[in-house]
Amino acid sequence: MKRFEVTYKRRLNDNMVWLKIYAPLVARKARPGQFIILRTDEYGERIPLTMAGHNEEDGTIDLIYAAVGRTTMLMDQLEVGDCFADIVGPLGKPTEMDHLKKVCVVGGGTGNALAYPLATGMHDHGVKVDMIEGFRTKDLVILEEEFRAGVDNLYVVTDDGTYGEKMFTTAKLEELIQKGNEYDEIVAVGPPIMMKFVCEIAAKYNIPSVASLTAYMIDGTGMCGGCRCKIGEEDKFVCVDGPEFDGALVDWDDLIKRSNYYKDQEAEDRAHVCRLTGGVRYND
Amino acid sequence: MINLVRKQNPMPEQAPDVRNKNFLEVAEGYTEEMAINEAMRCLNCRKKPCVSGCPVNIKIPAFIAKVAEGDFEAAYNIISEDSSLPAVCGRVCPQENQCQGQCVHGKKGEPVAIGRLERFVADWHAANFGDVEIQPVESNGHKVAIIGAGPAGLACAGDLVNKGYEVTVYEALHKSGGVLVYGIPQFRLPKEIVAAEVAKLEAKGVKFVTDAVVGRAITVDELMKEEGYESVFIGTGAGLPSFMNIPGENYIGVCSANEYLTRINLMKAYLPEYDTPIQHADKIAIVGGGNVAMDAARCAKRMGASEVYVIYRRSLDELPARAEEVHHAMEEGVEFKVLNNPVQILGDENGNVRAIECVKMELGEPDASGRRRPIAIEGSNFEIPVDMVIMSIGTKLNTLILDTTEKLEANAKGGIGTDTAAATNREGIFAGGDAVTGAATVIKAMGAGKTAAAGIDDYLSSK
Repeated sequence: MKRFEVTYKRRLNDNMVWLKIYAPLVARKARPGQFIILRTDEYGERIPLTMAGHNEEDGTIDLIYAAVGRTTMLMDQLEVGDCFADIVGPLGKPTEMDHLKKVCVVGGGTGNALAYPLATGMHDHGVKVDMIEGFRTKDLVILEEEFRAGVDNLYVVTDDGTYGEKMFTTAKLEELIQKGNEYDEIVAVGPPIMMKFVCEIAAKYNIPSVASLTAYMIDGTGMCGGCRCKIGEEDKFVCVDGPEFDGALVDWDDLIKRSNYYKDQEAEDRAHVCRLTGGVRYND
Repeated sequence: MINLVRKQNPMPEQAPDVRNKNFLEVAEGYTEEMAINEAMRCLNCRKKPCVSGCPVNIKIPAFIAKVAEGDFEAAYNIISEDSSLPAVCGRVCPQENQCQGQCVHGKKGEPVAIGRLERFVADWHAANFGDVEIQPVESNGHKVAIIGAGPAGLACAGDLVNKGYEVTVYEALHKSGGVLVYGIPQFRLPKEIVAAEVAKLEAKGVKFVTDAVVGRAITVDELMKEEGYESVFIGTGAGLPSFMNIPGENYIGVCSANEYLTRINLMKAYLPEYDTPIQHADKIAIVGGGNVAMDAARCAKRMGASEVYVIYRRSLDELPARAEEVHHAMEEGVEFKVLNNPVQILGDENGNVRAIECVKMELGEPDASGRRRPIAIEGSNFEIPVDMVIMSIGTKLNTLILDTTEKLEANAKGGIGTDTAAATNREGIFAGGDAVTGAATVIKAMGAGKTAAAGIDDYLSSK
């Protein structure tokens, strides 16, 4: 097996893909909640991605991604047997779960892929886990069977009602709390705006919340400071202080603003001719 | 024969208004004639103050004498006895404070241009003997791990491999070289030179493992207990960038110099074939006055900014950057707004930087650093319109290795604690460079790497 070789590739839906990659140094130490930084090739940028799982025995890590940006589109070109240029990790602090008895994990869209190792990892650790998977529409639903097998209760909701219950994840969460479920913690993984509202619901019922943040970063070891975000009164680095933070302390508006740093440039990138696809033009 | 001219042979350079639009090396290097002429200025004085001014004590008059004779390869061999990276140090050392600062010529004229001669010799060797095949050094059977492939780690690796140690260097980034590749720009230090130095070490038998964050993927203790390393050198560098903690630092358009330089230098954002995103701002303020600030300012010009300001709270006389860097930056059109201190960054309705608000400063009595203390002039606040602010005000130490290595002790500054032989409180573990001292210079880090290599050799040969 070659370093950073793709050993498994499965398309989960139109734009989401599950990869296993040979990275034994990472797999050895990986824990739920941690992330890696990858480069597809010499010309690629460095992007962080939370691991969807790992297998120490095989020396592989799992990545689930949506091909929405330039780098993830390039990743889509890699097939079994191809290699990434770089995978570095595990980075960030693992999820803390020793103090928990019962939690509700709320995943939104692609965030469900990142919620998967968290939720099942907690469940394996003896924590009772309710999982809410939320998607825009039926076609985007992923990992339903996997979650069903790995947590105590799974609730799938869609915004448009084409699959599962028609409601937002926040409404489902509130319903579960009102039904009398006593959670020690609510974990939010997904788009910042969803995490913001999930954490607000948690606060409303005086339940601690944890949010898994993603941010621009280069090295992942604290050197660039690109991933800084406001947590309470302090600036923290997502890469070394996180990626999970107390949801009640996250300054969501600051985070959402900073997540748009390179938005214009990225939109332009996607519209440009892609280097690897030999001239296919991507449009949103 | 002694050349009695009091001035140095000037360094051939790209013209300022040409070079501030490209990333090619600014200083083009001496010709053979210039080098010999400059070398003949050395008086070969008895006290050799230059040697004591050099952190690695290169035998400076001896190598210069060989240059004067035109025997450049002999000069190279003399430098190589003490320095692992002459092509690098000849370019980036602050010679004016070190070897050249001690030169007796400096009393009445300009010191001998030792740095330029060192660079000439290294480049001459690379051009004429660079492709001579290097033979692996025979192993003495002892394994040493080095953490961090920056100047400290490379210098340590070089000395150890020459003594026969089996050296493996673990590097967190995807390329070896540390600050030499992510920090110092191409126009001051071409990355091909760093790559050639790394390749030389590899040829001798040093193994480089990139993409490996020690402290996360593997700990120092595991390297020693499970991987069979008898000794470890920690040269992990300075670490986390500091911000000013003023309002507005999280607006879009504010970043650390580390981030800006890494995107440009390591990830080659200035080349169109690389995907690295970078903000192409038109008016950029760099806060700080050190070498890193100069690098960021000069990169900003080259990335196409029309206005680049260096904002520094003291006066030009106190700028911590090398005089040559300041001079180059000024020539290239960087504007120095000294005696100004930022108080807040202002943004527009979309959260993008639109201006930086500063307060004017005056200098009071000298402070603990011996420099006159800057004092804000009340009510003198004013705005400078900019669309990007790059913070270059130093770094805080990264605690990852201290946090993940059992019972490893810190020094008073929060760096890794060491004695004069670079040994930590843990047997077999050595440390050096910015990870110990906080941000300093390439040559000091190299010196620390060499001290540690000697310490490791003593330790393992007496075991």
